[in-house]
Amino acid sequence: MTLPSAALLAQSALSGIFIGGMYGLLGLGLTLSWGLLHIINLAHFAFAFLAAYLCYQLASVGGVDPLLTLLLIVPLFAMLGVAVQWLLARFRVSALNSLLATFGITAIVEAGIQAVWTADFRKLESVYAGLKLRIGGLFIPLPELLTLSLAVALAFGIFAVMRYTRLGRALRALAEDAPVAAAFGINARAHSLILSGVSGALAGIAGVCLALSFTLTPSSIYAWVGVVFAAVMLGGLGSALGALAAGFVIGLSEAITMALASPSWAPIVSFTLLIALLLLRPGRS
Amino acid sequence: MAAGALLAAIPFLHLPAFYESFLYLVLHWIVLATSWNILSGYSGYFSFGHGAFYGAGVYTTAVLAGTFGVPFLWTLPAAGLVAALLGVGLGAVVFRVRRVRGELFALLTLAVTFVLATIVQNTPIDGGPGVYLSAVAVPALAPSASGAFYLIALTLAVITLVLARTIARSRLGLGLFAIHDDEDAAEVMGVPTYRYKLAAFGISCALAGVAGGVQALFVSYVTAGSTFNITVPLTVVLMCVLGGTRHWAGPALGAAAITLLLYASTAADQAVAGKAITGAILVAAVLFMPEGILGLVGRRKRAVSAAHSPPVPITAQRDRMTPAAPRHVNGASAPLLAIRGLRKSFRGVRALDGVDLDVHAGEIVGVLGPNGSGKSTLINVVSGHFAADEGSIRFEGSELAGMPAHRIARTGIARTYQIPRPFTHLSVRDNVALTAIFGAARCDRLHADAAALRWLAFTKLLPRASELPGALNLHQTKFLELARALASRPRLLMLDEVLSGLTPAEIDDAVELIRSIRAQGTTIVLVEHVIRVVTALSDRIVVLDQGRVLAEGDASDVMTRDDVAVAYLGVAHA
Repeated sequence: MTLPSAALLAQSALSGIFIGGMYGLLGLGLTLSWGLLHIINLAHFAFAFLAAYLCYQLASVGGVDPLLTLLLIVPLFAMLGVAVQWLLARFRVSALNSLLATFGITAIVEAGIQAVWTADFRKLESVYAGLKLRIGGLFIPLPELLTLSLAVALAFGIFAVMRYTRLGRALRALAEDAPVAAAFGINARAHSLILSGVSGALAGIAGVCLALSFTLTPSSIYAWVGVVFAAVMLGGLGSALGALAAGFVIGLSEAITMALASPSWAPIVSFTLLIALLLLRPGRS
Repeated sequence: MAAGALLAAIPFLHLPAFYESFLYLVLHWIVLATSWNILSGYSGYFSFGHGAFYGAGVYTTAVLAGTFGVPFLWTLPAAGLVAALLGVGLGAVVFRVRRVRGELFALLTLAVTFVLATIVQNTPIDGGPGVYLSAVAVPALAPSASGAFYLIALTLAVITLVLARTIARSRLGLGLFAIHDDEDAAEVMGVPTYRYKLAAFGISCALAGVAGGVQALFVSYVTAGSTFNITVPLTVVLMCVLGGTRHWAGPALGAAAITLLLYASTAADQAVAGKAITGAILVAAVLFMPEGILGLVGRRKRAVSAAHSPPVPITAQRDRMTPAAPRHVNGASAPLLAIRGLRKSFRGVRALDGVDLDVHAGEIVGVLGPNGSGKSTLINVVSGHFAADEGSIRFEGSELAGMPAHRIARTGIARTYQIPRPFTHLSVRDNVALTAIFGAARCDRLHADAAALRWLAFTKLLPRASELPGALNLHQTKFLELARALASRPRLLMLDEVLSGLTPAEIDDAVELIRSIRAQGTTIVLVEHVIRVVTALSDRIVVLDQGRVLAEGDASDVMTRDDVAVAYLGVAHA
């Protein structure tokens, strides 16, 4: 076996960072609802794909600029997130049952996508798709760069809100001990709905990014679940920066594995990391 | 019987192969769902890795029969064994980590599935293109191949259901149900939780492995992608949740319903609608009946039997109620419990800082102390709920420090929890029967039920025997804690603030009860805040302060000492 050239390795590392950004972006909404609301929202992936298909439809058929679709998609998916949270809260669903119920929602959304857009591959051909920057010997595709920038900006934005604002403090207090926080006058219901709205909006944004860079099929919803779960757990539940950092770690290690061994070995990295972490990490749940 | 014969005769009726294959699929899913339920439904350890163990079976048969030409039926035990070894190996590591429960266990098992899939995909086990089994002979058990598959699956399904039913009604099942509700309390009451989880996991994986082995030949072409995916575990979970995870037949019911539903939608060429309907059913099932179809039935049955009040109270038989005989006969002067230099810290906070304490047989020892003085920690360490950092705890001459909690319970020590921790999904009677089975009394199931009724009569809870603990008020729940502790027939009973939160009248009730427990020869350690009660009941009082024994002696002497007053009330500055 010969080692790949330095340029190839660098290009692999770069694509690892890009895919890691996508993991982080998808993980953001998931980690918020899991860590702070104790809802394991599998439907987050389904919503992201639904948003991707919507973006595809508006851009390729309606001729709208894909980035402009965010104006519609973000509020729409925020409302969707709120609706799901309202339903789950109404029935006081436990963490485990939330996973089951949102899997049910995922199946419904998947079927809906399949009914409208069929199971065939769909790829958005936008003006952005062909654009590439060239720095040194490295190619930087613009859609991926956009995803990465969005992921980083959103992760730091959420981190700042959680850390420095009243809203963030209230949300963290609710996650820690909801009854006590409520006794201090924090409206648990309103805050959980706000948070799920944010989480839904994040699914929408992630969806637009998916549409810009990836080929869409209804069943590829599930392809992302395992890796993004791994990133969320690695980064620590509820931690926006953690999810992003873990996304980079996983993306990079996958890319390096692909370059050194073969692409089909890539999944083993993230999942072995996840298993080791679950078993060895002391303390925190 | 007749139904069984009819089911076995189906392949010989020369029905179109389609029916046999459809019935095969129903039975296949019944085996997978029921096997999953044996660990995950009973004990609450939801595994999302059932696909991994099923897949291990698929590939064992595929490789043995497809590559090495081993006759198909011989590969099935191997498929079960490989899957079971994988499960037990994983469990041996995972079940040691206290933190990996609930959703973390679900994720871990899911991750194992993907790791296994990657390994299979990239090694000669599969290698990428998949394994063909078209050259493997289907055993000639029936006129047609589909009939043979049907018969194999029928046999496997019957074995699986009988196993699931037997386990549900055995000690193992009761222990698993207790783990589901409160694993730590179950361990303290004598349930060997680690071994039980491992056993259930092994059985569950073995059955899934065999089902996978059969499926390998049924589809006759296996790929890693179609074997190790997320649909197998999620479908299985869906079936069990729909049918009800607390009943042995629940998963079978759910499996039959879902398979029929999926078939109905694919047959009508509406696979998409079928998927959506399945999703909608899952959402509705989780929201409206989180305990499943048979969960609803169970609740109704319980309501009916509660309406017809249980059998006439059995008058307590004194001879049957004495504690189990001590294992070691010591000299009369040796203490029953001897604690020396006991230390326990929580992240630097010294909860116990070198406690020495003797408890003699037949005594009631009252333990007093301000909040945070280490009273509850003392009980938690002696009962094995927490491991001691240092020191020795000798009970009837044998060392308890370092012993797992369930073995401590069996040596004859029982405790109550300050905040009652009943097993919420077990009836009041089963709550008590559990300690009779797993504690020092070591009853079999039949005697345990009788013993449970006796102790419920003793604590005046008999009329509530068939209800769930959630229906009891605080006073009754505390008495249930007592009945549970007593049913294990301990020689040493540790009561952690059984009186807190009770009204004065209820306290008088409880005091009478504690006196009559001692009259039967049980030694009692009483941790309590109500000083009036402690001084009235105790032969001797021990005062703890900041993890050390501050004072020890007669009730009247100890309570008038200055240092005790300072510990309780602070220093007088007047």
